[in-house]
Amino acid sequence: MVFLGGQVLPGNVGRAILGPFADQRAVDALNHSLGVDRPLLVQYGTWIWNFLHGDMGTSYIFRAPVAPFVIDALGNSMKLALVAFVLVVPIGILGGVIAALNLNRPLDRIISLGGLSVTVLPEFVTGIILILIFGVWLRWLPIAAAWPKGAGFFTQLYYLILPSLPLFLVLFGYIARMARSGMIEALDSDYTRTAVLKGLPWRTVIWRHVLRNALLPTITVIATQTGYLIGGLVVIETLFRYQGIGSLIFTAARGKDFPMLEAGILTIGIVYAVATLVADFLYSVLNPRIRLGAEQ
Amino acid sequence: MSATDTPASLPAPSAPDTTRRSPWGEVLHSLFRSGTFLTGLFILLFWVVCALFGQHFVPYDPLESDIINSLTPPAADHWFGTDQLGRDVFSRVIVGSRDILTVAPLATILATLAGTALGLVIGYFRGIVDDIVSRVLEAFMAIPVVIIALLAIVALGTSKITVIVVIGLSFAPIIARTVRSAVLAERELDYVAAAKLRHEGALHTMFVEILPNVIPPILVETTVRLGYAIFAVATLSFMGFGIQPPSPDWGLSISSNYGMIGGGFWWTVLFDALAIASLVIGVNLVADGVHGAFND
Repeated sequence: MVFLGGQVLPGNVGRAILGPFADQRAVDALNHSLGVDRPLLVQYGTWIWNFLHGDMGTSYIFRAPVAPFVIDALGNSMKLALVAFVLVVPIGILGGVIAALNLNRPLDRIISLGGLSVTVLPEFVTGIILILIFGVWLRWLPIAAAWPKGAGFFTQLYYLILPSLPLFLVLFGYIARMARSGMIEALDSDYTRTAVLKGLPWRTVIWRHVLRNALLPTITVIATQTGYLIGGLVVIETLFRYQGIGSLIFTAARGKDFPMLEAGILTIGIVYAVATLVADFLYSVLNPRIRLGAEQ
Repeated sequence: MSATDTPASLPAPSAPDTTRRSPWGEVLHSLFRSGTFLTGLFILLFWVVCALFGQHFVPYDPLESDIINSLTPPAADHWFGTDQLGRDVFSRVIVGSRDILTVAPLATILATLAGTALGLVIGYFRGIVDDIVSRVLEAFMAIPVVIIALLAIVALGTSKITVIVVIGLSFAPIIARTVRSAVLAERELDYVAAAKLRHEGALHTMFVEILPNVIPPILVETTVRLGYAIFAVATLSFMGFGIQPPSPDWGLSISSNYGMIGGGFWWTVLFDALAIASLVIGVNLVADGVHGAFND
């Protein structure tokens, strides 16, 4: 689909590379050598075939194979996304659980309203405000995610904290809200009442009975947020000048570098599919009803 | 369900009709007693007034540059300082509400019209039409808006119309899904059967009989989408794919000034960021209030 989008777009590839004043014959020759003058279906077939063999095509702009760029960028983006996830999943769940345990008290209001407000803000707005606070006024954190070459793990981590914070804020609201409503439902259920009534300590009830049931829907939400995260990465990586898959797609789109654009977006599609699959798998492992149902 | 004893010409919303007040009066009444809604409405109206009349009361022309006085910090004669071309930031922030408050609502209206029509059709006909269209819509919803916008804008070039169409069409599936599930519940009711027995055409049944009864969920979804549309328009402007210079648009101003943020020129971006934040939060408060009024 993305491939078709890339091809149907008006905009002659050769013309885009050589500029508006190039000789028409030169444009035609370039188009031919790039293979973009062949029929669409032939191009599509070749493209899929090559992609499956690890050849993602040649960038129109860099005149070099696309694959190393995409793999590098994907690695960088994964680092950033991982930092955001490692921060947000436990904190988001904790926030939701605390809110549910203090239902309708001030603490719940603060977490719910605060989570909701930061979730609805565009990433670049929270990003700018965070850069101002931590990068410009307090000077605690670097404002661009470009660490020196050969930097170690902790230096990289240090540079990634600020870019991951806007993603953290957006995801925090979603995860906390899901965890909160899951907790409320679980706290309200018959099995929780049974557990309390048979005299189990409150702490055991929460850990053994409530949490396990409450967190199942949250896992699904976390997985569906991968799709969001990719959109967010485009913005964040541009803002922080970070060489990830989002800024790769952004640059490719601006430069009409279609092989790069298509490879980038197909890679994202694969990542999304894998994330959904992993979430389904986790869900079934954690949910005895589905696990046992499958074994029968 | 009260639908049978209500004449088909009158809307029969889901709000219980126990008082003498009409159902819509009931909704309005609870809206204007909701603090969330009123706060949101106040913020939204403030920006609407700025968008409509701002240019008449701002102290400076938001587009007039004054290079000698560029990058002056906030002071008595320039409340929010000046940007790199010496333009008054205060005037720009006030007038900057204009473009986003034109583009985002138009996109939302387009999304609502397209989504409602589509949702009515697939909800009413069900069957194979519904199956196919629903799958296509789901596929669309999986792609982040930023990516769709990126591709569309590479194809069609940047203009306000492109942004409106892209955001409108990428939000339409979400509204279609909401309308569809509301229609699925309505179509089983007696008044729909009665309309069919009177040999009313499918179009008449959908748009004259069912549509008035599914207005509440559409209204709620529209206000929620407006918040996301503002989010999307601001983000696209920041990425350089939305509103174009020399507009004093907020996202655009941030994108042209954040490069100098390391130099400590915080006033060139902070006020724009806060303006976007306040508008987005305001619209979401309104959406929250509308949601509450229809669901209590």
